[in-house]
Amino acid sequence: MRDLFNIGLLLSTIRLATPLILAALGGLYSERSGVINIALEGLMLAGAFTAASVTHYLQNPWAGLIAAICAGVLIASIHAIACIRFKADQVVTGTAINILMIGLPPFISGALFLSTGSTPQIPVNKLIPWTPVVIAFLLVFVTWYVLYKTPFGLRLRAVGENPGAADAAGISVTKIRYAGVLLSGALAGIGGAYLSIGQSSLFTRNMTSGRGFIALAALIFGKWRPVQTMLACLLFGFTDAIAIQLQGVRYGGEEIPNQFIQIIPYLLTIIVLAGFIGTSRAPRALGQPYEKER
Amino acid sequence: MLELRNITKRFGDVLANDHVNIKVKPGTIHSIVGENGAGKSTAMRIAYGFYTPDSGEILVDGEVREIRTPHDAIALGIGMVHQHFMLVEPMTVAENIVLGAEPGTTAALDLNKAASEIRALSDEFKLAVDPHATIETLSVGQQQRVELLKALYRHARILILDEPTAVLTPQEVEEFFAILRRMREQGKTVVIITHKLSEVLAISDEVTVMRDGRVVGELKTSDTNAAELARLMVGRDVLLRVEKPEAKAGETVLRVQNMVVAVADGTRRVNDVSFEVRAGEIVGVAGVEGNGQTELIESLAGLTAQSRVSGKVDFAGRDITNMSARDRKELGIAHVPEDRHRRGLLLDFDLAENSILGIHYRQPAVTGLGGILLDEKGIERRARQVIKDFDVRPPNPDLPARALSGGNQQKLIIGREFELNPKLLLVSQPTRGVDIGAIEFIHRKLVALRDAGCAVLLVSAELEEVTALADRLLVIYHGQIVGEVDPKQTSNEEIGLLMTGGKKQ
Repeated sequence: MRDLFNIGLLLSTIRLATPLILAALGGLYSERSGVINIALEGLMLAGAFTAASVTHYLQNPWAGLIAAICAGVLIASIHAIACIRFKADQVVTGTAINILMIGLPPFISGALFLSTGSTPQIPVNKLIPWTPVVIAFLLVFVTWYVLYKTPFGLRLRAVGENPGAADAAGISVTKIRYAGVLLSGALAGIGGAYLSIGQSSLFTRNMTSGRGFIALAALIFGKWRPVQTMLACLLFGFTDAIAIQLQGVRYGGEEIPNQFIQIIPYLLTIIVLAGFIGTSRAPRALGQPYEKER
Repeated sequence: MLELRNITKRFGDVLANDHVNIKVKPGTIHSIVGENGAGKSTAMRIAYGFYTPDSGEILVDGEVREIRTPHDAIALGIGMVHQHFMLVEPMTVAENIVLGAEPGTTAALDLNKAASEIRALSDEFKLAVDPHATIETLSVGQQQRVELLKALYRHARILILDEPTAVLTPQEVEEFFAILRRMREQGKTVVIITHKLSEVLAISDEVTVMRDGRVVGELKTSDTNAAELARLMVGRDVLLRVEKPEAKAGETVLRVQNMVVAVADGTRRVNDVSFEVRAGEIVGVAGVEGNGQTELIESLAGLTAQSRVSGKVDFAGRDITNMSARDRKELGIAHVPEDRHRRGLLLDFDLAENSILGIHYRQPAVTGLGGILLDEKGIERRARQVIKDFDVRPPNPDLPARALSGGNQQKLIIGREFELNPKLLLVSQPTRGVDIGAIEFIHRKLVALRDAGCAVLLVSAELEEVTALADRLLVIYHGQIVGEVDPKQTSNEEIGLLMTGGKKQ
């Protein structure tokens, strides 16, 4: 057991928490403005696929990263227009985007690379294993500052809590919500890019495997606050890291089945949400399209 | 100063404003009165840019101005305080006040500067509030001051106040009026939307009366009186006072002993309350909203989880402490809930269906095979009865409840409950959001029910209403009954003092 806890575990925790932090911060901007963003999973997939494809074509990960941001924003704009302009149900729209993004990347991949399973391998020297990590942790504090120390943050919080009050104060609820949702697309896009051109070297079908949802769980667990959300992501990253380290570990002569180990992060998500969600208060207007009363 | 000219606004089939002309002179306090749905709020919301008019124009300082959003209105010096406060509860006073007009740069919000400006303003107008307090922790009166400061912070010269006194105690109303007078002295113009005639007469210089979307009167307050204003508002003579003979109280119907209602965190919303209600009398409960009235009535109606209620409740000699809501109803306890949308009606169900809520399982609502089918004819008969006896308009049992005005919805609920021939009526806020005409009607019905020998427990946030109707008046404060007074012998000031925790002199 002792050799389980070492510097490798720490680094592994940080690396595994990074995509969660990026996506969760994205979700924070959206949800603080009052728009549920269950589409983080799909937005990450959009970012992951685009990053891998563009990096492969241009052999430049920075171009890939920027393309991933654009892809995230583009897909998020579907969510934004549906939810804000057309006042669609935010959970339904988000779910639709998630389903779409399970199918769309393999489809395009099949057309471009003649393989629906994955995009071509990117050489190791064209990967960006650490930059997104730095970006993620910096963004935690940037987000904290923006949220609590700038007029935009004040407006974002007000719109998510009481859009009627914000409207009466002369703030455009629509603009703030668009900004929130599109920012979530950008950040989730970076999170996705990190998966495909940071942690691995190609895009595989559904490679996020639920990280968008875990990010959402971390956001709720972190009470929609940047620093707490980061800590929640680190907790989830840590269990992920433990799960990886436990693979192949023997207990009483028997190897612990891989499947058991792999359920740990998901199990923890359920326990944490079931146990703590009661004490966490969502932005009051979360999920409600804003309509001026008659 | 501010002038609406020929403003017309239509919502669907409803003509909310029909060529409305209102002229507000600078440095005055101007009242706009009218019943619910008369279009007074609509007109002012148009002036504040919440709605765009279908036709007509708005003049500020004699010039025609385009006001499309609240932002435009604010820029022209118009501020509005809404009936339901527009405050973000988890944020601080300062944050709320600067919201949308933040000091500092885009990159950095300067809340300290804001706080000192807010202090200066609150000194100038004597509106004491702590800029760093969270809205949630403030009283309603203080929240209202924050709303006023919000408008003043934006350099509002014209303040539009929508039903500002609805949530205040009599003392707070006095303080509030003093603030308004101070504002007028400082050169501000105040427009106050209200339906309380006494307040119009007490505070305003001029008054505009609206009815059915039209302006039906423009008067100087000094030249008019309550009776004239009421006649203009309703379109006929209105009896402003409740006429009732002396109560002939009979035997005790309801006896509450040491009742405690606690909420999940253990807070006692109703704290050791004991009282009686006798047949043929109306017992009023006066208090600022949120002092336990809701919990008291709901637990008596059987709507509160048993585990949260302790004490003893006897009804006509029977212990009903642990009885379900249905059993209580069967015994003859009727309940007119305070929130007709939450507890009183199913808004998308039609009037017929709504008229049998609570008796849906028995005659006349069911028929056949031991009552497993709804009896549509019986339901319709019952609905028509209620509609006829309680003058519900339009008298069509097939309409959804949503299609009715607040007053007619309330008449439907009251009719449904009266139709049960109750021995005890629990009634909360019977005339909230109801027109003067319907208020008069409901008050008469309540007195008639009393005279027929029913015991009535009445809760209302309108002090005038409880004092006019009640034969005995209990004052509730922080869940405790802090006094029982004779409403005929006691002044509103005295009751108001009890309502805010002051001692009886």
